Amino acid sequence: MIPINPNNPNIPFVPRSKKIIVTGHYGSGKTNVAVNLALALRAGGSGVTVADMDIVNPYFRTSDSAAMLTEAGIKCVIPQYAGTNVDMPALPAEIYSMFADKLSYGIFDVGGDDSGAAALGTYTRHFEDIGYEMLYVVSMYRPITASPPDAAALMREIESKSRLRCTAVVNNSNIGAQTDRDNFFDSFDYADEVSRLCGLPLAFDSACDTWEKPGRNIFHMKNITKKIYEYTEDNNEPGQL
Amino acid sequence: MSKVLMKGNEAIAEAAIRSGCRHYFGYPITPQTEIAEYMAKRMPRVGGLCLQAESEIAAINMVIGAAAAGKRAMTSSSSPGISLKAEGISYLVGCDLPCLILNIQRGGPGLGGIQPAQSDYYQATKAMGHGDMHIIVLAPSSIQEMASLTARAFDLGDKYRLPVMILADGALGQMMEPVDFDNVGGGVLPEKPWAASGHEGKRKKNVINSLYIEPSELENAVIERYKRYAAIETNETLYEEYMTDDAEICLVAYGITSRICKTAVNAARKNGIKAGLLRPITLWPYPKAILDNLADRVDRFLVVELNMGQMVDDVKIAINCKKPVDFFGRTGGMMPTPEDVLKQIQKAAAGGLK
Repeated sequence: MIPINPNNPNIPFVPRSKKIIVTGHYGSGKTNVAVNLALALRAGGSGVTVADMDIVNPYFRTSDSAAMLTEAGIKCVIPQYAGTNVDMPALPAEIYSMFADKLSYGIFDVGGDDSGAAALGTYTRHFEDIGYEMLYVVSMYRPITASPPDAAALMREIESKSRLRCTAVVNNSNIGAQTDRDNFFDSFDYADEVSRLCGLPLAFDSACDTWEKPGRNIFHMKNITKKIYEYTEDNNEPGQL
Repeated sequence: MSKVLMKGNEAIAEAAIRSGCRHYFGYPITPQTEIAEYMAKRMPRVGGLCLQAESEIAAINMVIGAAAAGKRAMTSSSSPGISLKAEGISYLVGCDLPCLILNIQRGGPGLGGIQPAQSDYYQATKAMGHGDMHIIVLAPSSIQEMASLTARAFDLGDKYRLPVMILADGALGQMMEPVDFDNVGGGVLPEKPWAASGHEGKRKKNVINSLYIEPSELENAVIERYKRYAAIETNETLYEEYMTDDAEICLVAYGITSRICKTAVNAARKNGIKAGLLRPITLWPYPKAILDNLADRVDRFLVVELNMGQMVDDVKIAINCKKPVDFFGRTGGMMPTPEDVLKQIQKAAAGGLK
């Protein structure tokens, strides 16, 4: 593995390629991981393009963060119909430009599960030609992937549909805004077991907080999910004014 | 089980399975397709059936069959698909069959859009099918409630032998929150001596039917059913009051909109306006008594919905027009922000919207 950007302190792992695919069960937090990786890479001085390749879910997607990403100097490739009522699985031709641009990072935020990964199939040959890192994001608090064998099985389905191989696991176990330190720390054994069953290294654990633990490679993120729907039990306040 | 992170659609599906539902019949439509996806993954593991029917109409008729056999059955769809199910729902009522129907509403009319709406309120509460009929309509406002009201829906349906609808929207269906299933309840399956499940020569045969040859018999059946409706109105009305004790402006909102209104109420209080919120949890039966009671104390009401004004009629009826009732709504998949609602509260406090 050749370190591409060993001096970027903003990201906790050395990607094996500048083309980083983010896959996983839907609701595992793929988009949060993808957007935060993009911001961290950009903060380290790299050119970054993010592609919203979610053709499955019309509600929560990278395109929601497009304004913020653009402001940070990150290029966004978003489906023409994102955020509209056209629930159409069409991806922009602009995605091909990300393979031509060998200098910049390209982050591919893919839809959930094997059905979302199907969108990758179109680009399989390009990824194979240029090399890629394919992160498999998991959360032990998502019932369908709560058991490590189930999580490993879903990864195989994603690989089968995309005809690409995952290269590393990302542990993004969380219960949203209510995630506490214990929720996060409790997930390490799970993450290690998923990593073992998948036969892949654990790239990092990620959390929307500043928690640290010796021996763990923790990526500190900020939560970029839509605010208006958020809800805190304590004060009954949805969202922020 | 500790807390897990789920989409509203998934929480409903998981709660249904935990409530003993083993028969799910559906047809895909955004924004509720995760229910079918979750059922497809989970049902085979618990010995249940998840069947993608050839249409919404087929799905609701399969529900009639499973319910008639005494099974806990359900279907789910979104607005246009629910319209297709209307005939079947009327048959379920006419046959006195319990089941769960989910409407994860999207913008309408017609094919409309895929973003959240509350514009099927009239349909759900007034005319979910032809004939003299009601179904129970529950309106959750959090993912935890999506789960707990699903369990409650199956229990209510069995208790009163009628279909129960959960009326949510695309936002509640899609958004994720922590859920704890420990106290969700459900899963106690009552005896159903009326079910057409095979008499084996040991009892009189059960007939499930909604056709009456004699008009007088049909009238009697409807009158008997309305006695059950009266019992439901007395016993099963649910609502939540938020800061209504000293409220001068009382907001009325349900589901996703109630959350926006709560934030607006808090903001209004910070601005020196005594606002409060009544959140109906059952939309039928409607919490008329508490509204009538509030009407004696508050200055005016502000109803907020994701439609052009539907539930606002029920508020006026409940309070016999004792106090002015203002309305604020967005439609077509648009959502008001708490700031938008706050502005309306400020206008109401200054003497009304008109």
